[in-house]
Parts: sequence; structure tokens; C-alpha cells
Amino acid sequence: MTANKQVICDVLMERAKTDPDVTVLCSDSRGSGSMSPFADAFPEQFVEIGIAEQNLVSVAAGMASCGKKAYAVSPASFLTTRSLEQAKVDAAYSNTNVKLIGISGGVSYGALGMTHHSASDIAAMASIPNMRVYLPSDRLQTGCLIRALLDDALPAYVRVGRNAVEDVYEEGNVPFVMDHATVVSEGTDLTVIACGEMVKPAAEAAALLRKEGVSVRVLDMYCVKPIDREAVVKAAQETRGIITVEEHVPWGGLGSAVAQIVCAACPKPVRCLSLPDSPVVTGNSRQVFDHYGLNAEGIAQAAREMLK
Amino acid sequence: MLEEKARQIRRDIVTLVHRAGCGHIGGDLSVTDILVDLYYKQMNISPENRKDPDRDRFVLSKGHSVEALYCILADRGFFPKEELLTYSQYGSHFIGHPNNKIPGIEMNSGSLGHGLSLCVGMALAGKRSKKSYRCYTVMGDGELAEGSVWEAAMAASHYGLDNLTAFVDRNGLQISGTTEYVMKQSSQERRWEAFGWNVLSIDGNDLPSIDAAVELAKRTKGKPTVIIAHTTKGKGVSFMENIAGWHHRVPTDEEYARAMAELEAQV
Repeated sequence: MTANKQVICDVLMERAKTDPDVTVLCSDSRGSGSMSPFADAFPEQFVEIGIAEQNLVSVAAGMASCGKKAYAVSPASFLTTRSLEQAKVDAAYSNTNVKLIGISGGVSYGALGMTHHSASDIAAMASIPNMRVYLPSDRLQTGCLIRALLDDALPAYVRVGRNAVEDVYEEGNVPFVMDHATVVSEGTDLTVIACGEMVKPAAEAAALLRKEGVSVRVLDMYCVKPIDREAVVKAAQETRGIITVEEHVPWGGLGSAVAQIVCAACPKPVRCLSLPDSPVVTGNSRQVFDHYGLNAEGIAQAAREMLK
Repeated sequence: MLEEKARQIRRDIVTLVHRAGCGHIGGDLSVTDILVDLYYKQMNISPENRKDPDRDRFVLSKGHSVEALYCILADRGFFPKEELLTYSQYGSHFIGHPNNKIPGIEMNSGSLGHGLSLCVGMALAGKRSKKSYRCYTVMGDGELAEGSVWEAAMAASHYGLDNLTAFVDRNGLQISGTTEYVMKQSSQERRWEAFGWNVLSIDGNDLPSIDAAVELAKRTKGKPTVIIAHTTKGKGVSFMENIAGWHHRVPTDEEYARAMAELEAQV
């Protein structure tokens, strides 16, 4: 298993060999962001800012305005809400080629507590006009996403976790179309829409339910913004209800976005599985997920209840 | 002559604010001479080269002084002067803070404490790309209470950004009163020195002093330069000078006539 952040470093290094404008900026986060190999191999394309996340984002924007492809890599918790205004003004509003890479997102930091959790980052970043929000599910999709982002010049926020995650897709056969949800499994009874590390348990839940004779469609909505509206509407039209799963607070994330679309376009039951609106229970991320039912069994149980 | 240009720009500013019924006239008038030296003498920026990767870069960190910048950009021909008639009106691109949809404006600003960081990024990009352009920003003195300014100050000296020159428009007044009343900042000179900067302290409404300081900054190697420009808020209009209320007051018709008469008389 590989952590998604590791792949980001690999892809950026691969591109940096031929593109001197690819630049990585860190806030004393090169180790935690798995960016040390980049810093060592491309010292002229690496910028250490020190523990100063606001400056990190603005410096990235300044460099981007001068032609650099600026990747600001920092823990998601600090990068998003501490630097929220810099993300809003200098990345999004000034429309600079800044990619904000939030590492150790969600509850990756486990027992380190709420200061280090980024469970409000989707809400925060998605609320900013001109800011895109991506939560890739596995290493293969992360690679596809970063390659796509290297080819555009617009701001974006990418959240990845700290831990190694199991593959959702198969090497050499990754169904990836930028800004379109990936259908992980087809189904006709219910739809589960998940993002980030919640896609794998969603797929496992679908497998469990299949054994019980329930056909579940699983959508990997790595593109939380711009969300794949068409895929959501289609799911609402073709299945009996939708369950969303996200490593995020209940408000302003994937569930809210899906519910907003479904209510307007094709009203069907929507149930949103998420972290609570409170500091989470102490534990590693696996324990936290299990505690709140953000696992295969929890998702399957929610599906059974919806079908009752 | 730059002095005459500064007087003309001041008249344009007073007219713009009076006509629009809004603006930050006090800071516009204190920063005018700095902008005039940069835009008419020092910086390699013109309507023709505004997308040239080798142009000098400018960020108005104290974005609320945008009226001064608009008047200069219009006068330099970055956009037709008539477009400024729409300033602050419904649907206009000309809003109360810099926006990079306007030709000649590099980055959006308005929220304080961003410009120096942006310039650090621009200057660092220049160094990394082996470009010879220079980067300039102007901050307000009240703005220096923003913590992000000092994050940027640290980084600029850490990277030895001698292609970066920052001005502080040290007019001593902010919206609630004197800077020393709101949040003490003496001595700014020593603070910047402690952060590893080359510090120049000048009369910021004296064009030869401004120009000499910019020249000195260009010759300083290995560290960034900050020019603490001691200015007068409302400079050039006697009844606006050194009065905090003129931070964003709009002149009445009678005050406008008096202000213009004073600025004409200085010719």
C-alpha cells in the first residue's frame, strides 16, 4: 500500500525533470508531506517557507503570477483554515496557478486531536469562488489527478490522507476523466457517493450488500467541486436513494452538495454519513472511522435501513 | 517634471473621489509621490510590456489607495481615462481595491498584509528563473500590525531578495487615530533592521529623496530594502493634511473647489 501524498511527490518529480517551473513550497512540512525526495533532487525548484502557512500560500501565488506552477504542500488543517484568506484572495480571487496540497487531511493525525484534524476543509475551500476541491481515493487516481492539474493553470485544493491506503483501482486500468465521477461499481437499488478514503469502504459495502442481493452503485466523487452534477442526477433518477460518505463534518461537504442537487433535480432520500459536529473520539483514524460507522459495515447498515 | 506630474495626479485623485463619492483620499495623497517616482521614472512597466516576463512587478499592498494607482495607470495609458468615470458604479471593473482584471494591475489586494508575501514570491521566482526584473510593494504603516507582514519579512531576508524593495507609507495615521495610539510601532526602522533588511528612512513626499532611496536599494546586494517613507496623510490639501478623518472622507463640493484651488496654486 502507498500513501497518496507519496504519489504526489513522485508525479511532481517526474514532471520537474522536464519542466523547471514546477515548484514545491513547504512550511517545515517536507518530511510529513513526503516531499524530501523532491527537495533533495530539485533544490532550485523547492522553497522552504518555515512554519508560516499564510506566507506559504501568498508566496506561492506570487511565484505563480510569474509563471511558476506552485504546489504549496502543508498539513490540510493549517493550509486551509489558517490560510483561508490567502487561499481566497491570492490563489482564487487573483486566479493564480496555485495548487494547495493538504496532506494528512481529515482525521489522519488521529490522537493528535482537533487542532490537527481538517474536517472542515471541504466546506471552507469549496465556499470560495474559483477554488476547486479534490479528494482522490487511492494512489492511482491521485497520480491521474496531479497529472491533470499540472496541465491547467487554475487554482485548486487537493486533500490527501497521511496513511497508506488500499487500491481502489487496478494498475494500468484507471478510469479517470477529469471532473467526472468514477463509477466504481454499477448498481440499480441504491447509490453510495463517496470521496477520498471513504471510497474503499463504500466499495466494500457494495460487495457485502451484493451477497445479500442488493445492487449498489458506487460513485467516486473525487471532484467535490466542481461536482459531477450529471452523475448525481442520474443516480437519483436510476436508484431508490443516495448515501454519501465523507471524512468531514456534516455541513458544507459532499453530502450537502449532493443533497442540494438531488432536492432540486429529482427528490429522493439522501442520507449523509460523516464525522460528527464535534471533536472526534480519541483514536487512530481507523478507530475514528469505526466509531462513527464510516466503514463497510456502517455504510452497508445505512443502506439496509434506507431500503426498509 | 515629476513634481508637476505628482500635482496633476493629486488633482485627478481629488476629482475621482469627489465625483464617485467614495475612496480613501488621505492615503491616496500620502502615497502619490512614491507611485509617481515608481511609475514615471523607476519601474520598467508600460502598457506595451505589461505581459512581458521581464517587466518589473508592483503590488499595492495598501490596496485602499487604489484611486491613486488608477489615476496613474490611466495617465500612463494602461486604459482610457474615460473608463475611470465608471469607478465604483454598478457593473464597473473599477472597484475600491486593486483587481487584476484592470490592465497594469498584477494582483488583487485590499485585505492587508498580503502584498509583501506576494512580492517575496515574485522576487523569488525572478531569482530562480535568472530574471533581472525588480519587485516593488507599498504597505501602509497601520498594515504593519498584520502578522503575515513579518512572516514575509523573515522570508525575504532569509532568501536575500535584493530584487525586492518595499515601501512603508509612514503617514502615522490610521482609521481610528494615530498609529501610536492604535498600536505602537516605534521604531519601525529598528524592527526591519532586526529582520535583516537594508533600511532607508526618508521624507516620502520628497521626490528626489524617494528616487535616491530607490537607486540605493537597487545597488544593495544580498538583502531586501525597506524604505520607511515618512509622509503626510492628505498631502497637498492643507485642510486634509494629518487629519485621520480624511482616511476615507469625501470632500463636499465646497471642499473640492478649495482643494483643487490649492493644488492649482502649487503649480
